[in-house]
Amino acid sequence: MSTTPKTLFEKVWEQHVVVEPKGEPTLLYIDLQLVHEVTSPQAFEGLRLAGRKVRRPDRTIATVDHNVPTTIEGRLNIVDQIAAKQISTLRQNCADFGVELYDVNSREQGIVHVIGPELGITKPGMTIVCGDSHTSTHGAFGALAFGIGTSEVEHVLATQTLPQSNPQTFRISVEGKLPQGVTAKDIILAIIGKIGTDGATGCVIEYAGAAIRSLSMEGRMTICNMSIEAGARAGMIAPDETTFAYLNGRRFSPQGAAWDKAVEEWSKLPTDPGAKFDRELVIDAATLVPYVSWGTSPGMVAPVTSSVPDPAAAGNELDRKSFERALEYMALKPGTPLDKIAVDRVFIGSCTNGRIEDLRAAAKIAAGHKVSTHVHAMVVPGSQLVKAQAEKEGLDQIFKEAGFDWREPGCSMCLGMNPDILSPGERCASTSNRNFEGRQGRGGRTHLVSPEMAAAAAIAGHFVDIRNWEVREEVKA
Amino acid sequence: MEAFKTLTSTVAPLDRTNVDTDQIIPKQFLKRIERTGYGDFLFFDWRQTPEGKPVPEFVLNDPRYKDAKILIAGKNFGCGSSREHAAWALSDFGFRVVIAPTFADIFFSNAGKNGIVLARLSESEVETLLRNAQTIPGYTLTVSLQEQTVTDDRGFKATFEVDAFRKYCLLEGLDDIGLTLRHAAELDKYETLHDNATWLHAK
Repeated sequence: MSTTPKTLFEKVWEQHVVVEPKGEPTLLYIDLQLVHEVTSPQAFEGLRLAGRKVRRPDRTIATVDHNVPTTIEGRLNIVDQIAAKQISTLRQNCADFGVELYDVNSREQGIVHVIGPELGITKPGMTIVCGDSHTSTHGAFGALAFGIGTSEVEHVLATQTLPQSNPQTFRISVEGKLPQGVTAKDIILAIIGKIGTDGATGCVIEYAGAAIRSLSMEGRMTICNMSIEAGARAGMIAPDETTFAYLNGRRFSPQGAAWDKAVEEWSKLPTDPGAKFDRELVIDAATLVPYVSWGTSPGMVAPVTSSVPDPAAAGNELDRKSFERALEYMALKPGTPLDKIAVDRVFIGSCTNGRIEDLRAAAKIAAGHKVSTHVHAMVVPGSQLVKAQAEKEGLDQIFKEAGFDWREPGCSMCLGMNPDILSPGERCASTSNRNFEGRQGRGGRTHLVSPEMAAAAAIAGHFVDIRNWEVREEVKA
Repeated sequence: MEAFKTLTSTVAPLDRTNVDTDQIIPKQFLKRIERTGYGDFLFFDWRQTPEGKPVPEFVLNDPRYKDAKILIAGKNFGCGSSREHAAWALSDFGFRVVIAPTFADIFFSNAGKNGIVLARLSESEVETLLRNAQTIPGYTLTVSLQEQTVTDDRGFKATFEVDAFRKYCLLEGLDDIGLTLRHAAELDKYETLHDNATWLHAK
């Protein structure tokens, strides 16, 4: 029997087709919806007004992450009354509709895209949605995971389905071996820089190739997380032994015979040899270096060894204007070497780089050094479990001794909805995902980098090429 | 959702590319739990100085464009965060149509659910319309969803693509959940079988 070779995406998609009505989008079944405080209140209110229930509370998980303060005192008494109201509204909605909530005081609270994987809720082959564009993170497990708006949140709560039109498939293969000092963050920044922030609009990306295979689950999540910054609907990576080793033994992972059956099923997911993609791109890992973003869009990135580019290089008038506006906002001049740019703040955390491996990598750089006297640097673990693990390994001590501020988990200064924001004009080396105007606080200037590059910038007081860094102390994990 | 047939209106030119949803509606306004009342906060940080004074050169503060229901912008409009608040703010402010060369996917979906028509025109057509709106007093466009056209009274005419089903929903102002529930029997049947795949259970 011969069958047409299929991509990972096609296999997951086909297993979730409820119905394909003629002339309408496919109705896709959703295995898991993750819910947080900011994009859900209007959805629950919609259910109430229509007299509808949550169809599958067992396929719905909620946590608080966007608004929560990252200090113990701040969490005990949330001063921002509108934020407090949003959190208490989620609490009430979860109680009313029977949805499990990982609340502020839960041992397992954290950023929605960190706790899904670490609790073993995220699984290969699933369809996963959340009212948050960085839902693409979960694609690292071979799930089809994408961000949705609040109307769609309500739709999934009510029906556990979503009407979806078929996206295009786009395989990006990163072949070869990643050079020392170059991280998963640099891979994805390089890809966005190359294809542009609308380079994958309408597509589901599959990341493949030896350099991707060699990454840990944390690294794979960093890459899939920023797929949306290239305009993609989702990013996916085929599940393999690394995936199974990560999931084995997690709280909601299958056990015993069910585990064996699950691995058998998940092992069928990788793209078949000969499967066709709508688009393909191959990148040689050996050409990659550490990157720093210089503008106000994640495609505005350059090697740390280079300089701020000249707007004259932009394609057309509208692009040039946006380019000039970005440099004006960032207070940068063309030709300035990136490693001469001084920073005021450093943020290590977020759903992009707030996992245990990210903190280990940053701690390795920080160990035995001191944060520059003019820099305020903070480390915000992605979840309570990440924080507990880091403290068990003594990473918190390394950070504190180096002069970093060690915080409670949440989205924090990635989007500045809680009290952690930049002041106007402040410049920040950030491990987060967006350098938009005002993203980290009105007038704040964000440079996206890897955790290693961020830690080094905190110590040097300006960007440095991490490949030349002096590691002073061994960190025992 | 409000049905959309055809609209004739003045046009606000926003000559920027990659307009992200953080700009359309900044984060501090996402803490509300209502669906309405976001219009005052549309492009807040571009409309107002940190001291709360209007920025006169920003297009939405220009009295010429006060009543515009059509917005024109550069490519990749609506990129970034999935916040539907961006669509709510545009709609609440009075915009029913956005014209751009490309739109980000999630915003595209959110706009449709709020009765906003997104018309994709070529970069050169958008540049022409931006220039016309900036230089011709009272410049007006007509957008017909039925015909899928953008026209002015000076001879400009462009057509845009729209998915047939999305067009039908916009023309009729249909609610998605109701449409999906037409397939309730198929859904029940699918779900019973699909639940056997224990390796895809959340918990």
